[in-house]
Amino acid sequence: MWDFEFTLEVMPDLLEGLWITVQATVMGYLIALALGLAIAMVRRVPYAGGVVHAVMEFIRTTPLLVQLVFVFLVAPSTVSGMTIGVVVLGVHYSAYTAEVYRSGIEGVAKGQWEAARALSLPARRTWGAIVLPQAIRKVIPALGNYLIAMFKDTPLLFAIGVAELLTQAQRLGAANFRVVEMYTLVGFLFLIVSIPSAILIRRLERRYAAV
Amino acid sequence: MEFLIERLPLYLDGAWVTIQLTIGGSALAFVLAMVFGTLGSMKHWLPRAVATVYVEVFRGIAALVLMFWMAYALPVATGFQLEDRFAAIVALGLNVGAYGAEVVRAAINAVPKAQVEATVALNMSWFQRTRLVVLPQAWAQMLPTFGNLVIELMKATAVAYLIGVADLTAVAQQMRQGTGETIIAFVGALILYYLIAQVLISGMRLLERRANRRLGRTPSGGTGLSALLKYPAVGGGSAGVG
Amino acid sequence: MPPSETPLHEGPQGVEGQPLIVFDQVVKRFGDLTVLDHLDFQVDPGERVTLIGPSGSGKTTILRLLMTLEKVTEGHIWVDGEPFSHMPRGSGLAPASESYLRAKRRRVGMVFQQFNLFPNMTVRQNITEAPIHVLGTPKDEANQRASDLLDLVGLGEKIDAHPTQLSGGQQQRVAIARALAMQPEILLLDEVTSALDPELVAGVLDVLREIAETTDITMLCVTHEMGFARDVSHRVLMFDQGQIAEEGHPDQIFGDPREERTKSFLRSVLDNGD
Repeated sequence: MWDFEFTLEVMPDLLEGLWITVQATVMGYLIALALGLAIAMVRRVPYAGGVVHAVMEFIRTTPLLVQLVFVFLVAPSTVSGMTIGVVVLGVHYSAYTAEVYRSGIEGVAKGQWEAARALSLPARRTWGAIVLPQAIRKVIPALGNYLIAMFKDTPLLFAIGVAELLTQAQRLGAANFRVVEMYTLVGFLFLIVSIPSAILIRRLERRYAAV
Repeated sequence: MEFLIERLPLYLDGAWVTIQLTIGGSALAFVLAMVFGTLGSMKHWLPRAVATVYVEVFRGIAALVLMFWMAYALPVATGFQLEDRFAAIVALGLNVGAYGAEVVRAAINAVPKAQVEATVALNMSWFQRTRLVVLPQAWAQMLPTFGNLVIELMKATAVAYLIGVADLTAVAQQMRQGTGETIIAFVGALILYYLIAQVLISGMRLLERRANRRLGRTPSGGTGLSALLKYPAVGGGSAGVG
Repeated sequence: MPPSETPLHEGPQGVEGQPLIVFDQVVKRFGDLTVLDHLDFQVDPGERVTLIGPSGSGKTTILRLLMTLEKVTEGHIWVDGEPFSHMPRGSGLAPASESYLRAKRRRVGMVFQQFNLFPNMTVRQNITEAPIHVLGTPKDEANQRASDLLDLVGLGEKIDAHPTQLSGGQQQRVAIARALAMQPEILLLDEVTSALDPELVAGVLDVLREIAETTDITMLCVTHEMGFARDVSHRVLMFDQGQIAEEGHPDQIFGDPREERTKSFLRSVLDNGD
């Protein structure tokens, strides 16, 4: 039934795919963390905030896959699939992280803003030294959840030809007529990464006060 | 614009398939979430272990991987070929059901202990207590997160296109290949996805308000159409589904 | 206390004048904290007993043990000559199973300090739910009984209201009706007026007085309402540190307490304006 020899043989290729998956996740996540924070702060600006919110809402309620394929097709052919994948993943998830940051910022007591105002702190210090340190600490577990969610969305890069885990599995499976082994292995590799990270997030939740 | 109007019937066919996948997947996910969420809230270790295995496995594997497995590996392994659309629904249901089970478990555990004590004082059995008191009260708490999960599931239906289901995304691709109008073809599909999401959001808001009224709570977001159209907040605990 | 030579599972003997409730060397610990310390006491059928004492003295734990919300750490509880905290197994006793407890707790009802009405049900459903689903009472009969009971507690017109639309005092009267709808032989009242605003206390106590006068339900009552305790109870137990410090007729306990602990407790309660 199960071909163990074949399993060992393809493992290096699969792990290479997994490595690309992890890279795409981490880079996309960094974009999501930074962009999400910027969006959450801009959202407090009248008018501009409303426009940004509407755009992010559109991104958040439409499929990531369609966004990926769409951007891939309209982007100049000099841009690599990996770059497009990372950017689209990052922007898509910034719609989520922005909401997380927002809940954290709203959770900071009004008195903190007022105290900063009473001390005549400039906006940069108010945000940088007072509001964000308190807000972000509380939302670390929620942000961590989106890292895992993003990891599980990277197989979508398959659709734009990035040689990530699922793409490798499909190529090898088709070439060797071993699809059961391949897709089952992909499933296991996902579990090997996502279960420990889920446990890690639970630790984080216990350590930092959940929102 | 003309381009889109001409091809609207095709888009609507695709959208109808997307809606079918969403409804089918949500129905399966709902049943699985209720069953495994309730098991996960029990005192005995065995049902809890069963629930944990289900949640961790099907939450941990991406919906697309699950779908590929159903569509391509399952027929080879068992000789049993699922219809593409059905395979997509099963994969989405299993995946989102795992997220939902955690929501159900948390909501059940959040029902005040005093309520459970009152059911003991009235000599209700575990089954009566769960059905008559615990689940109806947990329901209001589950709904907002369920709303987010339904949206996530709807978005995830797009991956069914990769196993050959003729959904909205497939129509967009077909349109692009037929006409070369990439931008219009895809923006049309994205707008339809957006509209479907808005209908789902409004529907969930109605359910939420009804559930809160049942518990004698007044809705916090005011009343009338404006409250209906407001976006539900994305809860910190509701990670995206993938 | 059952004589030690009788086989354990037969419990206290003598049907004539047999006590309804027997606590036999009951110990209850929460971790290192001993709440009940080898407690013995008995309650006769139809007797109304008030438990008083400083908070943390174990009064509420006694009610929660009788409602099977807690399990004894050591010792046994008997109801009507049958084991209650345990079940017979072979010639001895084993910890009671859930199904055994379900059969036994049918005779017991409880009213809670915080009412604990079900917010997902109307007043009527709160009262009829358990009779219909647990006792199998026909729906019409359960509804009829619910409206009779609501009349008794003076809330006949609130039958279709929602718990959140009622004041605390009204909610507590519904909770009393809900407990009575199960036709318990033993009614446990756990500080039922402590969570109420002062002006709402009298209404609830009047209902309980009426029940005490018109029925022969055995009542165990934990309360700080000394006037009420004096009016309705046959006997008062003064608890301190998990044991009975003093017991007697209400006139004696309130009029001529013998123990210093009882005196100082009563003084502290009266100073608080109760």
